[in-house]
Amino acid sequence: MTTSARYKSRIFKTEDSEDKQYVGFATLPNQVHRKSVKKGFDFTLMVAGESGLGKSTLVNSLFLTDLYKDRKLLNAEERINQTVEITKHTVDIEEKGVKLKLTIVDTPGFGDAVNNNECWKPITDYIDQQFEQYFRDESGLNRKNILDNRVHCCLYFIPPFGHGLRPVDVEFMKALHEKVNIIPLIAKADCLTPNEIKKLKDRVRDEIERFGIKVYQFPECDSDEDEEFKQMDKELKECTPFAVIGSNTVVEARGQRVRGRLYPWGIVEVENQSHCDFVKLRNMLIRSHMHDLKDVTCDVHYENYRAHCIQEMTSKLAQDNRMDSPIPILPLPTPDAETERLIKMKDEELKRMQEMLEKMQQQMHEKDQ
Amino acid sequence: MAATDVDVFSNEEKRSLSLGGHVGFDSLPDQLVSKSVTQGFCFNILCVGETGIGKSTLMNTLFNTTFENEEASHYQNGVYLRPRTYDLQESNVHLKLTIVDTVGFGDQINKEESYKPIVDYIDTQFENYLQEELKIKRSLFNYHDTRIHICLYFIAPTGHSLKSLDLVTMKKLDSKVNIIPIIAKADTISKSELHKFKIKIMSELVSNGVQIYQFPTDDDAVAEINSSMNAHLPFAVVGSVEEVKVGNKTVRARQYPWGVVQVENESHCDFVKLREMLIRVNMEDLREQTHARHYELYRRCKLEEMGFKDTDPDSQPFSLQETYEAKRKEFLGDLQRKEEEMRQMFVNKVKETEAELKEKERELHDKFEQLKRMHQDEKRKVEEKRKDLEEEINAFNTRKVAAETLSLSQPLKKDKDRKKTTLNHSSASPVQCT
Repeated sequence: MTTSARYKSRIFKTEDSEDKQYVGFATLPNQVHRKSVKKGFDFTLMVAGESGLGKSTLVNSLFLTDLYKDRKLLNAEERINQTVEITKHTVDIEEKGVKLKLTIVDTPGFGDAVNNNECWKPITDYIDQQFEQYFRDESGLNRKNILDNRVHCCLYFIPPFGHGLRPVDVEFMKALHEKVNIIPLIAKADCLTPNEIKKLKDRVRDEIERFGIKVYQFPECDSDEDEEFKQMDKELKECTPFAVIGSNTVVEARGQRVRGRLYPWGIVEVENQSHCDFVKLRNMLIRSHMHDLKDVTCDVHYENYRAHCIQEMTSKLAQDNRMDSPIPILPLPTPDAETERLIKMKDEELKRMQEMLEKMQQQMHEKDQ
Repeated sequence: MAATDVDVFSNEEKRSLSLGGHVGFDSLPDQLVSKSVTQGFCFNILCVGETGIGKSTLMNTLFNTTFENEEASHYQNGVYLRPRTYDLQESNVHLKLTIVDTVGFGDQINKEESYKPIVDYIDTQFENYLQEELKIKRSLFNYHDTRIHICLYFIAPTGHSLKSLDLVTMKKLDSKVNIIPIIAKADTISKSELHKFKIKIMSELVSNGVQIYQFPTDDDAVAEINSSMNAHLPFAVVGSVEEVKVGNKTVRARQYPWGVVQVENESHCDFVKLREMLIRVNMEDLREQTHARHYELYRRCKLEEMGFKDTDPDSQPFSLQETYEAKRKEFLGDLQRKEEEMRQMFVNKVKETEAELKEKERELHDKFEQLKRMHQDEKRKVEEKRKDLEEEINAFNTRKVAAETLSLSQPLKKDKDRKKTTLNHSSASPVQCT
């Protein structure tokens, strides 16, 4: 069920009953819909993980395009000392009149070198840079055409060949979980039987909790949603992390042409729910939660960054008056610990004195009596 | 007579003779076989690969049994090797199988030191064997040979190429052990991708000069099969101990929603090829290669390090004994020299200290003399003063006596004078009578 259908049905209900009291603002969602279609949407998706886990294949399968036509893969010896790069591909795609500017941020070289110390640093720097650029634009004078390059979602690919999360996975997610929405995925899930998938998912969920990693949580659905939607939502939540398979090729299966992988022992269909969670991922990422991902990025991650930035700046200002910033800063009263303590002490003294005064007044009163 | 006999023996040419009848030494190989069967065989496998890549499962599948093993964790601080020895028997052949597992390989964030524990382990096994060989009383017959005969290197099925860690590790290992690279979990790669992947891996190994084990093609009986297998390297394997019913048979397989991957089906994976090559055809060749090539290389390097050479400066072949004697003499000579040096040093030091002590003694003596002289001076001065004082006392005494005698001879006059004088001189003061 698409969202627009839901809204349309509601409008019809109100129109049938109570004609006289119909004000008409129930068409607001429609108006929002129209305006947003005109404006178009943008979405920035980051994919991260070791090379060879199927990231590009999955992105191609998700958006049904071929974004990585001529890329050059490095040899093993070139990768011994490789550093992480950040590459961006932007495409404009359109579906039923809705335009989407999709940016895929890729991280080639992550986890490929022999020594991977701090290999996530270029990625965190990139995300911070985007936040900083938006921060400056937002505080500028002309805010009409702000370019929003902030990363809305990061798909992290966990290799299925191990027993769970590895140290590099844990460190990466911990470095990024407060800057971007992380959605962990189990890559190349066609090497795991259903039992093994279940075991691995439980393991990964446990380890995520144990290490305190804050991955993206689906928002609770409203209580007035219908049962089907609630059921779907519940299934979605229990399925994380999604075990996905991607494919660049179309094969013939059961009389249909589907995206899949052809093996001597069978055909894996990417869009078959009993084969993998690709459909769930696509629905979640594109069809139902894309906007929520953007909202969380703006409301939570970006605001955290902004608050942190401002606090740093004001504490710096207090120490160094000569710093000039392009942003007009209100001198926020950030009292330091010392003055607070003194204030507290003085308060207590005052209180004590007041009490004593009262006692004395009472005594005098009694004496008079 | 004796001289000509010796000449005949040292003649290099061998003459081949034809036999007139059946002698029976064609049973020599059989004797050898029955001897080795009673002795039992020994085989050591090293499995190198990331945690969870399927090393233990493949071992279980290869030997059709369950070796006990716990799942390794991803959070080891370093790589360590876990050898386990098992006794297996098939027909009447005993096999002492040692499987060495690399725990924690590929899990650390910094993997620069990951290859070291593996290389150290292999070297240690060689060293142990070398020590046993060099012993005076040795029992190579009973020695449990722990040298690694084969290293199975498990490559992750990324589909692109080798990982950087794989390349670095294999380069360090290729001169020490026979390496057979294997593509693990091969049921995640489709046929076309597999073909490209294998070609890429082999070309990377060749371009980086990594020498993997080539199945021998010099023995006619197995040359054909070996050379065809060489073209299939690296083997793409799938391991499983679970049994699945396919048709009317129960086979070892992995059951997926989209199909069943049969381990022993040659069109599904190369497991059968690996088993053929590793166990059924070339096991003995692997042991031989380990002993003849890798161990000899190690031994040569080690002995050269210790200073042994095969030929002395005159290019005459040296025997080990002579070399050993020479070394021993050198060593003893060294020792003696060192002893001399130390003794010299000791003597010098003693002399120095003696000289110092003497110096100090002299100083003390001088001081003592000086003090003594001062003392004497003082004493003399005091003596003189005493004399002066005595003289003064004597003088005083004589004057005193003189004065007393004078006063006695004129007592009254003196008194009166004195009274008068006193009256005259003092008015207020009372009269004093002497």
